[in-house]
Amino acid sequence: MISFWIILTGALVAVSAGLLGCFLVLRRMSMVGDAISHAVLPGIVIAFLISGNREPLTILIGASTLGLVTTFIIEYLHKKAKVQGDAAIGVTYTFLFAVGVILLSLFAGQVDIDQDCVLYGEIAYVPIDTLITASGMNLGPRPVYLLGGLLIVIVSFIIFFYKQLSLTAFDPGFATAIGISTVLWHYLLMGLVSITTVVSFQSVGAILIINFLIGPPSIAYLITRSLKRMLIYTVIIGILIAFFGYQIAAYFDVSVAGCMAVTTGIIFAACFVYTSYNSKMKKKDIVMTQIPQSAETV
Amino acid sequence: MQAVIDFFSFSDPNIRYVVLGSMLLAASSAIVGVFIVLKKKALIGDAVSHSVLPGICAAFLFAGNKNIPLMIIGAFISGWLAIVIIDFITRNSKIKKDAAISIILTVFFGLGVVMLTHIQHSGYASQSGLESFIFGNAAALIGNDVIVFSIIAIILVITVITFFKEFELTAFDEPYAKTLGLPVSRLELLLTTLTVLAVVTGITAVGVVLMAAMLITPAAAARFWSDNIRKIVIISACFGAFSGLAGAFISYMAPAMPTGPWMVVASSFIAFFSFFFAPKRGSVFLWWNKRQHLKTTDEENILKIFYQLGEPSGYFEGEYSVSKLMEKRTVGQDRFKSALNRLKGQNLIERVGEDWLLTKKGMKESARIVRLHRLWELYLTKYMQMPAHKVHENAEMIEHVLTPELEKELEIQLGFPDRDPHESVIPRI
Repeated sequence: MISFWIILTGALVAVSAGLLGCFLVLRRMSMVGDAISHAVLPGIVIAFLISGNREPLTILIGASTLGLVTTFIIEYLHKKAKVQGDAAIGVTYTFLFAVGVILLSLFAGQVDIDQDCVLYGEIAYVPIDTLITASGMNLGPRPVYLLGGLLIVIVSFIIFFYKQLSLTAFDPGFATAIGISTVLWHYLLMGLVSITTVVSFQSVGAILIINFLIGPPSIAYLITRSLKRMLIYTVIIGILIAFFGYQIAAYFDVSVAGCMAVTTGIIFAACFVYTSYNSKMKKKDIVMTQIPQSAETV
Repeated sequence: MQAVIDFFSFSDPNIRYVVLGSMLLAASSAIVGVFIVLKKKALIGDAVSHSVLPGICAAFLFAGNKNIPLMIIGAFISGWLAIVIIDFITRNSKIKKDAAISIILTVFFGLGVVMLTHIQHSGYASQSGLESFIFGNAAALIGNDVIVFSIIAIILVITVITFFKEFELTAFDEPYAKTLGLPVSRLELLLTTLTVLAVVTGITAVGVVLMAAMLITPAAAARFWSDNIRKIVIISACFGAFSGLAGAFISYMAPAMPTGPWMVVASSFIAFFSFFFAPKRGSVFLWWNKRQHLKTTDEENILKIFYQLGEPSGYFEGEYSVSKLMEKRTVGQDRFKSALNRLKGQNLIERVGEDWLLTKKGMKESARIVRLHRLWELYLTKYMQMPAHKVHENAEMIEHVLTPELEKELEIQLGFPDRDPHESVIPRI
């Protein structure tokens, strides 16, 4: 039962993050996702300190706001202060992450997060944090409900606003021309990325979440050209990663989130080899069919 | 207070080690960082710093204890491998660079975490030292380690000095460097190697997670203070060394504090200060410049109104009310009135009762602006082949920035003209 809950949690994180990540990958904004995931750390610590670990909703809102603020700062530094794009990202998120780590060591006793949790989360402890009704019935781990709710929000967001999301990703100029605000959808997407990062923080930590955001969508991007299929493949790959990652971790008795990242790497490598082999074969085919034709004309 | 004196007197050899070590490594990575930032590869630094973790852990597993030289080799190999793989993926598939960086970074870091948890769970006796590699602990810099890291830092600095010209050229103009016959791809490889080395030197003091900041933050800040690459390198090194000192000082005062984050916070403050307040490039400076430009534009536009009102009769000493003047302009009343007052302060106009008129100096100035406007209009029609009815708007902007030298040049190019494209007289002063 414990392993079921852990795999379910991992799969929920991978699917929610992956679905959003598809749009990050298409917009070439993977590193902004990376920045947000690092930068929510001080938000989480401050929210923990203020709310005293009692209200998940306060923490969620407080910390996600900081994720959005990060996007604002990066945009501001890049557009207004003329800092070059990559440096703006690098300077901003390392600063916020450093502040987060400092706050953690300052209030080590008062905040229920340690440095290991920041690095790779504690998905193995997820089943302990159960939701028990007033009558004493065990409903399963609390994070699963939170992540499940988030997944529903993300899936309906993508289904309802599919047109806006895909247009702003593929052709921002056209989207603006027909009256879709690219800025609004940019910040809505980034807001959801921040929320996902915060909700997943306990399970996979601040650094490895980027693996779930960018890994499965990139693999799907390798093997398909259609956005709809990319989203579906992302879901399947996310579930596979959660399942195999946990199996490996349980076998070797190591970090579950770390193993999920390694599994992503293995799947990516396999797909990469497969697609480049395929495209090489195709090139060969073209050459083979062209030679006799040219021979005839001569 | 006693602690501060102890720290800055450097009487304790341990403090000397820690301070010298942190400053040296921070300065050397800041120097390499300049070229990384100029080549717009800041995020590569991020990838490398996360990717050295599995190498460190592998070295630990291999040696069974904290063997610094072995760990440096391990970190070097895994960091270097990560860059090579990222490059390979971007060149051989449709995956974009940013996604490739993110994937490799997390897969390597994940592998490192797996090994780290393996080490923790198998209960090695001396595993405690491994923790300091993640967020850094300058206090862990002792004796021989400092010497090892210092040697690497010195190698870094010497290599950069030796290949300075080559790096400078490839950073600014790669195609030109290629035509000169420079081995661009080998230089690229050398810079990659230096990046990995810089990260490796920093891992004990700063930690793998935040080492990227020590590469790029001082360099990004230094970029705002100069356009000269030599100066940028020196400024960047100073910023780096200062943050190293600050980090070492704080972790001496509060030993429980990890050094890396404090170094990063110190250099981030320098960076944010530079982004806002650096002369010429900082945003406060730019904002002030823009404001001043708007003010002179307003003033010069008012002077032009006086000229235009007087032109039909040829009498430029006429007195006009504010409302009469404002008929010609669309700026708000407050802005208009404060511009009038500034002009009065410069003795360009005078006030008579409710009306305003040009002084002698003002007449000259107003004629000068109209003259620039019309010269530019003529230039646009003659040399840019623009139709006469389209040149006015552009001239409205350019008239405020033309210098006396350009004015002379325009006159020569146009053959000392009398009339503009609209057949209005170009005033002479």
